Amino acid sequence: MFYIYCPYCEEHREEEEFHASGEAHIPRPSDPDNCTDAEWGEYLFFRTNPRGLHHELWVHGIGCRKFFNITRDTVSYEIKETYKIGAKPQFTHAEEKV
Amino acid sequence: MTQKNRLASGGRIDHQRPLNFTYNGKALTGFHGDTVASALLANGVDIVGRSFKYSRPRGIMAAGAEEPNALLQLGATEATQTPNVRATQQDLFEGLVASSTNGWPSPENDAMGFVGKVGARFMPPGFYYKTFMFPQSMWGTYEKFIRKAAGFGRSSLESDVDVYDNINQHADVLIVGAGPAGLSAALAAAKSGARIILADEQSEMGGSLLDSPALIDGQPADEWAVSAIEELSSFDNVMLLSRSTVNGYHDHNFLTIHERCTDHVSDCAVNGQIRQRMHRVRAKWVVLATGSHERPLVFGNNDIPGVMLASAVSTYIRRYAVAPGNKLVLMTTNDNAYQAAFDWADAGHEVVAIVDTRANPSGACVEAAKSRGLKVIIGSAVIEAKGDKRVNGVLIAGIDEVGEKVTGSVEPYDCDILASSGGWSPAIHLSCHTGSRPVWSDEVIGFVPGETVQKQLSAGAINGSFSLESCLKEGTEQGLIAIRNAGFDIEDRSAPKTAPVNEDRAMALFHIPHTKSTSRGPKQFVDFQNDVTASAIELATREGFESIEHVKRYTAMGFGTDQGKTGNINGMAIAAKSLNKSIPETGTTIFRPNYTPVTFGAITGRNVGELFDPERYTAIHRWHVEQGALFEDVGQWKRPWYYPKAGESIQDTLNRECTATRESVGILDASTLGKIDIQGKDAREFLGRVYTNAWAKLAIGKCRYGLMCGEDGMVFDDGVTACLGENHFLMTTTTGGAARVLSWLEIYHQTEWPEMEVYFNSVTDHWSTATISGPNARKVLAKLTDDIELDAESFKFMDWHTGTVAGVPARVFRISFTGELSYEINVSANYGLAVWEKIMEAGSEFNITPYGTESMHVLRAEKGFIIVGQDTDGSVHPHDINHGWAVVDSKPFSFIGKRGMKRADCVRPNRKQLVGLKTKVPDAVIPEGAQAVNDFEQPVPMDMLGHVTSSYYSANLGRSIAMGMIKSGLSRIGETVYYPLADGRVIEAEICSPVFYDPKGERQRV
Ligand SMILES: [Zn+2]
Repeated sequence: MFYIYCPYCEEHREEEEFHASGEAHIPRPSDPDNCTDAEWGEYLFFRTNPRGLHHELWVHGIGCRKFFNITRDTVSYEIKETYKIGAKPQFTHAEEKV
Repeated sequence: MTQKNRLASGGRIDHQRPLNFTYNGKALTGFHGDTVASALLANGVDIVGRSFKYSRPRGIMAAGAEEPNALLQLGATEATQTPNVRATQQDLFEGLVASSTNGWPSPENDAMGFVGKVGARFMPPGFYYKTFMFPQSMWGTYEKFIRKAAGFGRSSLESDVDVYDNINQHADVLIVGAGPAGLSAALAAAKSGARIILADEQSEMGGSLLDSPALIDGQPADEWAVSAIEELSSFDNVMLLSRSTVNGYHDHNFLTIHERCTDHVSDCAVNGQIRQRMHRVRAKWVVLATGSHERPLVFGNNDIPGVMLASAVSTYIRRYAVAPGNKLVLMTTNDNAYQAAFDWADAGHEVVAIVDTRANPSGACVEAAKSRGLKVIIGSAVIEAKGDKRVNGVLIAGIDEVGEKVTGSVEPYDCDILASSGGWSPAIHLSCHTGSRPVWSDEVIGFVPGETVQKQLSAGAINGSFSLESCLKEGTEQGLIAIRNAGFDIEDRSAPKTAPVNEDRAMALFHIPHTKSTSRGPKQFVDFQNDVTASAIELATREGFESIEHVKRYTAMGFGTDQGKTGNINGMAIAAKSLNKSIPETGTTIFRPNYTPVTFGAITGRNVGELFDPERYTAIHRWHVEQGALFEDVGQWKRPWYYPKAGESIQDTLNRECTATRESVGILDASTLGKIDIQGKDAREFLGRVYTNAWAKLAIGKCRYGLMCGEDGMVFDDGVTACLGENHFLMTTTTGGAARVLSWLEIYHQTEWPEMEVYFNSVTDHWSTATISGPNARKVLAKLTDDIELDAESFKFMDWHTGTVAGVPARVFRISFTGELSYEINVSANYGLAVWEKIMEAGSEFNITPYGTESMHVLRAEKGFIIVGQDTDGSVHPHDINHGWAVVDSKPFSFIGKRGMKRADCVRPNRKQLVGLKTKVPDAVIPEGAQAVNDFEQPVPMDMLGHVTSSYYSANLGRSIAMGMIKSGLSRIGETVYYPLADGRVIEAEICSPVFYDPKGERQRV
């Protein structure tokens, strides 16, 4: 069970208070109507599923109800950082993605 | 029965406090301080069960958590039945009732025993699957017999009477194990003031110190342990947990401790005490001082009762004053095990021989044995044990230096107990739980913790540092490191002192050679609990299983409740040798939680019965109960399902409720509908983005139905939203979808459109909602309000007004889910029940009739209104359900779902569409879920057109009504489809409009 630092509450809380909402940094296309089916399908259905560092969207559901991002190692489950929506991650290892 | 194996004095038991207990119905006596295992051994009980596969008699082999055989059923009553209790870990108490769990009719005389003797050769690994799975129809027969004969106990048929507990703990340092390393670590760390938990699985802390002959700081080891614990208990910041197994080491230093609070006291806890408690610990740093488990050697008939681990023999003598036999043969690969022979001799019993597998052992213990006059046979091994239900002799032979071949002649010796030691395996289980891969050490002859992935340290035997001196030293060091890592200052401290012991190297030997090949020789067991033999492992490798993980799955090695604590390394060694590889090349051993079995009670704690899941009640709930309503679970809500009167069938009730509503007035508790208060200057624009229809022009005082879709264009919620002010709306959602919708709004606001000024707040519980519906609804409401104009002009359909109802401030929404004239009366939840009762009073002259969710379903289906989640399933978009009227593509912003419902698959012809279904036989009700076909005589697999989503008998229409999906259904109105049912009937139905009642919608607008 994870121990997660909420960047809004500014403290560690138990995973039970949080909920994972999939991969982070997947913005909604700004002009959906002009997306091809392939582009829309990419946005809707395709995720990187990396071995290693993964940026994830989480919500402090039983807490401040804020969404924020986590950089997590999918092998060790270590949480490298948590950061607010709009901020950039400090840890990125594109080469670890497969 | 006398305790024939009990020594007259000594041990850590109280010889003055006898305890009575029964085993398999026999009355026996033990002493306070005994485990069930030590008491059984004291009483000369040799056989504690039959083996899983071959039904061979099995006895107690170990003294701790690694015991594979002695799994007993405990419990004096049905309600207190507890399966799988390890006799070596269960303290004896007065009145304890234990029985063996396998062996039928009894473990001494077992009906399956012949299988082990006669059928042994014919039961290779995979036997059950290879044999009994075919023919499959017979499996049920085989299974019944096999399970009865080979079971590991049963659970109670009654509810557990005990109370279990969960507790959350935050520790700076958690130390696992209170042996020499753990105690030293705790002593080193205690003065820091940090929050320290020291947990130990045994009833008495001290671990190996409790049966060690060594001196620490000039004190006997066991006395030193007692004073160390005394010192530790004087610190308020140190929590000492005995009988507490750290059973799992999870992510981010989260560990679970299974504490048996009163298991050692009585059959069930008394005076409101807790039976067991699960500590859920978040620790800053963890020190694993979990020690090690002795490995038995693998040789012929090594499972006969009376064959034990060497250290267990010492433990039973020194801690429990039990010498389980008379004539001992000891076989060892190492110096450490000699102690068992010394203890045996000190207990006044005969040591037949110490058989040392090493060619030239030179440690201090060999000299000590000789000076005691004990016979030491070197370069030799016990290749086979003799005996049936108890060892009565052994065959000893010389072996070569690497332990692969028998070289000398085979000599028989008489004995009635055989102790063996193949060295010690570090107890790395918890370290493995974290995902840390253990590494093999030739020095240690075992796996030790590898690179750690958590804030974890380890000390003592878990690292392969087996000597007492190194345990005390590492414990002290690691305790100091842990406390400093956790952010505390502490002075250095030197380790407790003990004299170093001159030990010779141990021999890396696991499988003793025999004069015959493994497959031809007597059975040589590796995993006792799952009856896995050396020849089975060799066979598995011959059959092509090369990875140890595959070998384990094929043979079931390590899959018992002991998780292969005694067998895994031996099994790997045998597989490695058979594959001509080294042990690390064969793989590594991975242990998973839990270290020892955990009861469901401890896991679930207080969350049982009423507290299993939260239940949500509306403010009017008590009234529904008093009216005899039956309830339906909708999410966590308890909603009235229907209100039967005496003598009514469910259909009678529904007919009455539905008819009353259409003919006069009905009332529904609609409080559970999700309500989200939305405010902010961008609230209106936001609604336009998340709903498929238009919101720009909804005036204050008006309500509108909205459909919500996902980005894939599929319907996921619906409801009515009211405009309360220019920047203020009240959204309603489905009862089950409320939380999901709120989260949906938040995620889009926070992650996609944070620039929008809009705020969401769940107000579901703030309001109580009574919906009155039917031609007399206006008359009822008129009696309760004098400040709301109710005439059709002042208060139109889809309007809402504030005012006073029954003297209480209210919001009244004129919206309808029945198609009748309806008012949804919302008042502060605190007034909900009072207002409801006033409405009932006012409506009595109109025979106002409460109806539940079932009648609500019928009434809305008569009108063709959908229920999201029933008539939709996540694969249908608004056009599929003929709700194109609720989709406004011309909105400037590309609302959620717009692009999705234009994907090629969403606009293809031949999609399933929601239609009405009228059965040819009027009172035939098609079962929901039934599949439509065009040709019911088509051979299977038939072409299926879609399923029935809603289907009821409608009393108002005097016939059945249904809605369902049909491929291209909207263009097939008037055509016939068939519903072939599982019982052979075929229901014929005509495709029609889903609006069965008042198709022009006039009744709700009156
Ligand atoms: Zn928070």
